[in-house]
Amino acid sequence: MPDVTPQHPLALFGTDELLTDTERDIRDTVRRFADDRLRPHLAEWYEAGELPARELARELGDLGVLGMHLSGYGCAGTNAVSYGLACAELEAADSGLRSLVSVQGSLAMYAIHAYGSAEQKARWLPEMAAGRAIGCFGLTEPDFGSNPAGMRSTARRDGTDWILRGTKMWITNGSIADVAVVWARAEDGVRGFLVPAGTPGFTTREISRKLSLRASVTAELVLDDVRLPAEAMLPGARGLRGPLGCLDEARFGIVFGATGAARDCLETTLEYARTRLAFDRPIGGFQLTQAKLADMTLELGKAVLLAVHLGRRKDAGTLRPEQVSLGKLNNVREALAIARECRTILAASGITLEYPPLRHANNLESVLTYEGTSEVHALVIGQALTGLPAFR
Amino acid sequence: MKIVVLVKQVPDSGAERTLKSDDFTVDRGSASNVINEMDEYAIEEALRIKEAQGGEVTILTVGPDGATESIRKALSMGPDAAVHVVDGAIAGSDAVQTSAVLAAALGTLEWDLVLCGAEATDGRVQVIPHMLAERLGVPALTGARKLTIDGDSRTIERQTDEGYEVVRADGKAVVSVWDTINEPRYPSFKGIMAAKKKPVTTLSLADLGLAPDTVGLANAYSAVVSAAPRPARQAGTRVTDEGEGGVQLVEFLAVEKFV
Ligand SMILES: Cc1cc2nc3c(=O)[nH]c(=O)nc-3n(C[C@H](O)[C@H](O)[C@H](O)COP(=O)(O)OP(=O)(O)OC[C@H]3O[C@@H](n4cnc5c(N)ncnc54)[C@H](O)[C@@H]3O)c2cc1C
Repeated sequence: MPDVTPQHPLALFGTDELLTDTERDIRDTVRRFADDRLRPHLAEWYEAGELPARELARELGDLGVLGMHLSGYGCAGTNAVSYGLACAELEAADSGLRSLVSVQGSLAMYAIHAYGSAEQKARWLPEMAAGRAIGCFGLTEPDFGSNPAGMRSTARRDGTDWILRGTKMWITNGSIADVAVVWARAEDGVRGFLVPAGTPGFTTREISRKLSLRASVTAELVLDDVRLPAEAMLPGARGLRGPLGCLDEARFGIVFGATGAARDCLETTLEYARTRLAFDRPIGGFQLTQAKLADMTLELGKAVLLAVHLGRRKDAGTLRPEQVSLGKLNNVREALAIARECRTILAASGITLEYPPLRHANNLESVLTYEGTSEVHALVIGQALTGLPAFR
Repeated sequence: MKIVVLVKQVPDSGAERTLKSDDFTVDRGSASNVINEMDEYAIEEALRIKEAQGGEVTILTVGPDGATESIRKALSMGPDAAVHVVDGAIAGSDAVQTSAVLAAALGTLEWDLVLCGAEATDGRVQVIPHMLAERLGVPALTGARKLTIDGDSRTIERQTDEGYEVVRADGKAVVSVWDTINEPRYPSFKGIMAAKKKPVTTLSLADLGLAPDTVGLANAYSAVVSAAPRPARQAGTRVTDEGEGGVQLVEFLAVEKFV
């Protein structure tokens, strides 16, 4: 008989060889952190719909995960591929944890890093990198998700002050954040503002009864004539290009992150398929099961190859937004398909929190929707192919 | 304070480990190799001492070329530099010989304290710290679950089966630690990126003035003459409770030294 030692799906592809020592060390460190500190609690957090976010933020800050691909201000300054690999390891644990990190690093910190004044950066970035301050990013509104250009939140001048009014919806970290990056329509276009928690008129309400991303805080932000000083505005961002630039960053993390969730599902399922007996045989020995495993392995491997390719482009400075759309659309869609298929192999066992596939699948429903729905990314790709915008 | 931490690369104890069939040495080629777990606690302790009172932490590894990976990982936790003794002739050395190589390497370094794990998960011989201290002519403070440095004195709580002993020495010493002493940090990303730029000095036996025929499997003082896999787990003892089941359980725990 030929070599029968079971191989890991990604060892089959040899994707590790695409990474440098440093990238692998960073990945292995996050994996170990996830195994020690996150995995033992995931089912409990998920079921309770609670996350010790503050404590975790400190630990993630110590590792250097928060804003890791940014430079200066206490940020680790890794390359983009390393950031992606960290996202994959966190999402292999739970998409909620990757969301915490994405929002902190790629949305809130990135916005301040890219568009903030020297004072804003010095005030917030070191604290946020260390995980002592948590940020959130308020773009979506109850009536405007895919089309943020329609936003109703306004920022009006009163002397040198700003008065913010409006509601933001589905905001990750919203009710635990020390600072909210809020986008609102000013006279000269969309502007970003730093709104510290506790500012009079600024309240949050946590969204409960979620069936997805339960190990993540999602909230509504209400801005009821919130008065802010002139210095609260992000000077470097004008128009929707500001928030959309942040979203490109976070989507990039999702391209990798989704592969982590898929990998976790497949690893669990392979183990199960080798040991679970039906009709006196391991179910992994049935051809139908093997076809599923082979197809899932193909999609996982392709997704990882695509992620690394896009990561190399990002590090080279040649990554275009529509390429991030290719990655987000493919990798989240395939990860969700893999999670569901894995659940079928686990059968009844797969419907509980004992095994991760259904938890991942439920999470990936959110991931499919946020940071641009899959439909919106299909339209971005469609426009790139035809030159014809089909958004409205 | 200048601290040298001994770091050994060992086969991952979480994975399947095997001995070579001809000479019963550990098959390092087929295993995935990692830092000896206990050594991470020694590194952590050294870093805490450095953080509290300044100084320098150097990693010392005797091992094959492939040990550079463990050295890099050790450096990513925060030590300043590393020394790697690598020489084909060392392969298969026993504890007596390895302690001689370590002592010679320490002779090329300035140090105040040597820290190491109380055992390596591959050989589990537990004698290197004692042998090394003897060769260096310094006290051996072994099996520490706590280490306190106060000026020139070093005090440990030596963990024993029954409790602990307080042992003190002044000046240079070799201290070995158990995994009860601290909780090792994860390497930070900054540490990981910095690790590749830290100085690693490579030394051969010739650099240390040691003759090749004093080390290695052929010249070892001890030899493994046979090895057999652990027998399959036996069925346990069943205790039927006829009123005194609790007593029987306690007796079992006492005999097995669990209580
Ligand atoms: C768990 C979670 C966390 C989130 N965190 C944040 C956050 O931190 N910050 C933030 O700002 N937002 C956040 N969001 C919001 C998220 O970005 C939006 O939900 C998303 O943009 C979609 O908006 P919507 O839900 O209003 O859907 P809609 O825009 O109402 O879309 C409804 C459906 O219509 C489709 N559709 C819309 N327009 C078109 C079109 N032109 N052509 C074809 N189909 C179209 C969509 O693809 C979708 O299927 C979060 C969402 C979730 C679920």
